[in-house]
Amino acid sequence: MILPSVHITSDQQILWQHGFVKLNETIVTTWAVMIAMTLGSALITRKLATERTISRWQSALEMIVTGIEGQIVEVGLNEPRKYLAFLGTLFLFIGTCSVCIVLPGFTPPTGSLSTTAALALCVFIAVPLFGIREQGIGGYLKTYIKPTPIMLPFNIIGELSRTLALAVRLFGNMMSGVMIVGILLTITPFIFPIVMTLLGLLTGSVQAYIFSILAAVYIAAATRVAKPKPAAEAHPEPSAA
Amino acid sequence: MDSATLVAVVSIITAGITTGFGCMGPALGEGRSVASAMTSLAQQPDAAPTITRTLFVGLAMIESTAIYTFVVSMILIFANPFWNHFLSQAGGK
Repeated sequence: MILPSVHITSDQQILWQHGFVKLNETIVTTWAVMIAMTLGSALITRKLATERTISRWQSALEMIVTGIEGQIVEVGLNEPRKYLAFLGTLFLFIGTCSVCIVLPGFTPPTGSLSTTAALALCVFIAVPLFGIREQGIGGYLKTYIKPTPIMLPFNIIGELSRTLALAVRLFGNMMSGVMIVGILLTITPFIFPIVMTLLGLLTGSVQAYIFSILAAVYIAAATRVAKPKPAAEAHPEPSAA
Repeated sequence: MDSATLVAVVSIITAGITTGFGCMGPALGEGRSVASAMTSLAQQPDAAPTITRTLFVGLAMIESTAIYTFVVSMILIFANPFWNHFLSQAGGK
């Protein structure tokens, strides 16, 4: 029942083993992507310029950063710099993993449930952290009983289920892309796997965007409730004057 | 029919039915959402970036239920715990 050449996740490909320490393909590809991104950015930002002649790599990075900032503001977070590090990292890491599918022999680490579960857990921990930083512990805990106190178990279950949904959505999309190309390569090796790889690029980029936008929406929902009070205080003034 | 054969037959049939039925609902839902997105694009072409972005986010949410059924099918075919149990028993003999 198990096709020997098709692995469901790259966790099962063990590249090196010494005693009980196993180095599987997921770890190797994750570290390779991390090192490539960090080295590339360090090389580009060595000499940042603000005058007329800006190198094209710096312009490209600026475009990416301002684009992500604009998206964060559109979701409803009015101070994007606070959240840019976390949300930008999510988008860039998942996006780079998806785009690197075109390199031969590369299996995206997001095609393994371990990586996507780790990313979803980061979002699960980050949402209360940002919420408590904005509203204080009492204010954040009050959002759980927000419509009525009866909704408390449903809010908690909703938090857990949307974390699980984030992990499984990203895992399913990336794993299906890899698996379809793998199976097609044993059937029609020439043009069709390339078309499916292109489709995998598209869905991978869309999933990177979806993951970070959903994380931004959850953070906005957790930090949003304190905002309407200044507007309500500003309104009585014209009537008093 | 012994239990190993029964597990294999039921797993294979269930894997096929899971993906088959599981993709009908999301496909219908996505069709409706794209249709209403095109209607609103025709009515307000200058809101196109917002509409397109919201359309893609909504499509990804609908797609995720189809992905859940796909993952279950894959588990039944490639990482089936009941089948692995029988394999380990047969290997042990």
